Amino acid sequence: MSVATLATPAAEKEMLISGCAAIAQALRLASIDVVTAYPIRPYDTVMQAVAKLIANGEMDADYIVASSEHDQFEIVKHASAVGARVFCGSSGVGWMYAMEALAVTPALRLPLLALVGNRALDDPGAFGCEHNDALCVRDLGWMLTWVDTAQEALDTALICYRVAEDPRIFLPCAIGADGAFLTHSETLVKVPSQEQVDRFLPKYDRGDKQLHPDNPITVAPQANEDWVMEIRKQNDEAMRRARGVIQDTYADFQRVFGRHGDNPFVEEYLTEDADVILVGQGTLSLSVKVGVRKMRQQGHKVGFLRLKWFRPFPMPEVQGALARAKAVGVVDRDYSFGSPNHAGVLYNEVRSALYDLDQRPKVAGFICGLGGREVTLDNVTEMSEILLKTARTGRLEQPNYWIGVRG
Amino acid sequence: MTGSVEVVYRGIFQKHLGQHITRGIVLAARKEGKVGISFGRYGDSPERNGIPAKSFAVVADTAEELEAHLARYEPTNNDVTIAVDDTLCKGVESWAWYGLQPINRLTRAGGTVLVTSMQTADALLKDCHRKGAEWNLGVIPGIASFSGLWVYKDDHTDVRVLGAIAKVAPHVVKIESVEAAIRDEWKDELKVASARKAYDRVNLRRVRPDEGNPEKPYEFQLLKWQEMKEGLVIPGIPVKQEVPGWDGGYRPGRNPTFKKFTTRTMRPVVDFEICTKCTICWLQCPDSCFDVTPTGHYDANMEACCGCGVCEAVCPVKDCITMVNEQAFEDNSSQFAAYEKDPAAYKAWATEKIKDKASTARSHGFRYRGQYEDELAAAATGDDKTGD
Repeated sequence: MSVATLATPAAEKEMLISGCAAIAQALRLASIDVVTAYPIRPYDTVMQAVAKLIANGEMDADYIVASSEHDQFEIVKHASAVGARVFCGSSGVGWMYAMEALAVTPALRLPLLALVGNRALDDPGAFGCEHNDALCVRDLGWMLTWVDTAQEALDTALICYRVAEDPRIFLPCAIGADGAFLTHSETLVKVPSQEQVDRFLPKYDRGDKQLHPDNPITVAPQANEDWVMEIRKQNDEAMRRARGVIQDTYADFQRVFGRHGDNPFVEEYLTEDADVILVGQGTLSLSVKVGVRKMRQQGHKVGFLRLKWFRPFPMPEVQGALARAKAVGVVDRDYSFGSPNHAGVLYNEVRSALYDLDQRPKVAGFICGLGGREVTLDNVTEMSEILLKTARTGRLEQPNYWIGVRG
Repeated sequence: MTGSVEVVYRGIFQKHLGQHITRGIVLAARKEGKVGISFGRYGDSPERNGIPAKSFAVVADTAEELEAHLARYEPTNNDVTIAVDDTLCKGVESWAWYGLQPINRLTRAGGTVLVTSMQTADALLKDCHRKGAEWNLGVIPGIASFSGLWVYKDDHTDVRVLGAIAKVAPHVVKIESVEAAIRDEWKDELKVASARKAYDRVNLRRVRPDEGNPEKPYEFQLLKWQEMKEGLVIPGIPVKQEVPGWDGGYRPGRNPTFKKFTTRTMRPVVDFEICTKCTICWLQCPDSCFDVTPTGHYDANMEACCGCGVCEAVCPVKDCITMVNEQAFEDNSSQFAAYEKDPAAYKAWATEKIKDKASTARSHGFRYRGQYEDELAAAATGDDKTGD
């Protein structure tokens, strides 16, 4: 079935759908060629949603049920090499099982799009949200972004295809979507029309890197110490270029869809005059913003900075937003056992980003919401008060706090 | 003071030989209170049958001096270079470096190349490239020692080389230390005697800077990251090469920077008169080394032939293809071109080359899988001469 025969609404249509279903809508609109599936909660709702779209005749793609997550990612990797637009995803230890395929993809410069339905890594067998799964690829050349609403999930999927498939970039990209809170909650989402998406998203063209009998090439031969460093440098340069391409892509997205005209990399919430700023990513932004408003009502100048992109890391935005604050608290829905200050991944990255500032705020780490535990308003109050006290005294009592842990 | 030795050997079948020599150097130097390291040229298991490979030994008076040589792949200024197969004198290309490396390139000026060979130094010098500096060439008389894949052939080549090193580079290791180390390591007085004999008998020929093969070895320039295709993409080699003057025929495209022919210890000599053009050699050659001539003959291209001997094994015509010791040849020119030019002269040339086959036949992994078949056969008939 060709895409032309599919029903294409002339304009945006509002639907009540989950974050995963929103991603599935983006995949339909992006006319993906190949999708692979292997069930694991919470990512699996996207594979169900795609299967349903195909079964209903609303979407046309090769849907391959793989024998494991590793196969899932190997299959789309190879499909991408022959020029197919591909999608796959996983969660938690499923994503980890695919790790070999995930590690080899960036150097091959294959623009996969993956959804990581964030899930705690077993053991214990758990299916609530933690970010350690997706973060495991943070050093490997994957672009990483976190979304906090179903609308943003849909829009970001379209944006990611355009960024990843830009010949200047050709890097894989993963979207982090918090298990349960985003993957499994239905909210009102504006689903764009095909016509709009076609104006925004060009076809994937791999050019002279496409594996094809008419373009005889070898991909990924063995290389000794004379070659590997140059290959890594090429990946480094691609990731450096990604920042500019992301900016251009968001600007175009805004022109076509009228959304996301703000900074592509971060969301600044009441940070301008804030004395203390919380930093985080994913859906914890929702309760934190409510908590920030509550603190504001009590006269405390609290703000929130949400990272939308983690790779490439938004250095200028993070430095710009946090330089003015007296104290900063990084809320990690992840852990990095034994790392500096026994804190989280995000904490160490943000703290490192602030090192070059002439005037650095105090930085506290907050481990919070692990295993899918809710980040509550009380948690936000507790974290804000620690920061406010630090701002008053100029002294941080301890570098890292576990918030909401019993004991 | 430090000293270093490289052993150039043929992959797999001389791996243990190379290792025995470099370990022996370090163990012997230890007898003089020195410290040292012994290591192979690291690569992605480069040791396919016959491919040139290297082992190294570095010894120093102190641990601090040795540090400068640690965490490195290759010492580049060696006191002694050992070639344990004389066909390596033609230069070596491996999977660990690029282009054709003359056997004496990593030998320091004034250093020594020692070759195990039945040939004279003068004969070997025709193969060795000009160095542009003085060096010495020594011969340790003997055929190339090829062991089996899993079995070490203990023909004393290891200790004979150690004895010769002690003679030409006593500052690296002295003969008394070599003898002591052999007693410790192998507990064999016969091996001690072999080392001493080699020490007494090795002769050096002084080589002037302008002596040797004048050919410029082919080279390859490593690319910058901006020049490399992204995505680990390597463009394919064209399927076919045009050959000037050919009307018809077929020469497959070949990698211009990785020629592989230094893997060869023997080469096929073809009798084009009796060839039936059956295509079997051409089909079975694992390296697609045969050019199809406009006349429909199959001409093994010596830039691409690894000398595996498959063609000889599969050829259904008796004596049509004969593998001959690589040392019998001076260059890589086309046999078919010579045949076409003067069939009678070619026939005489080929007969001459093949004539020595009995005396020059050598071990080859593909053909013999090691040289212990004789012993096995002897053991089976109760005529076991290999035991103590």
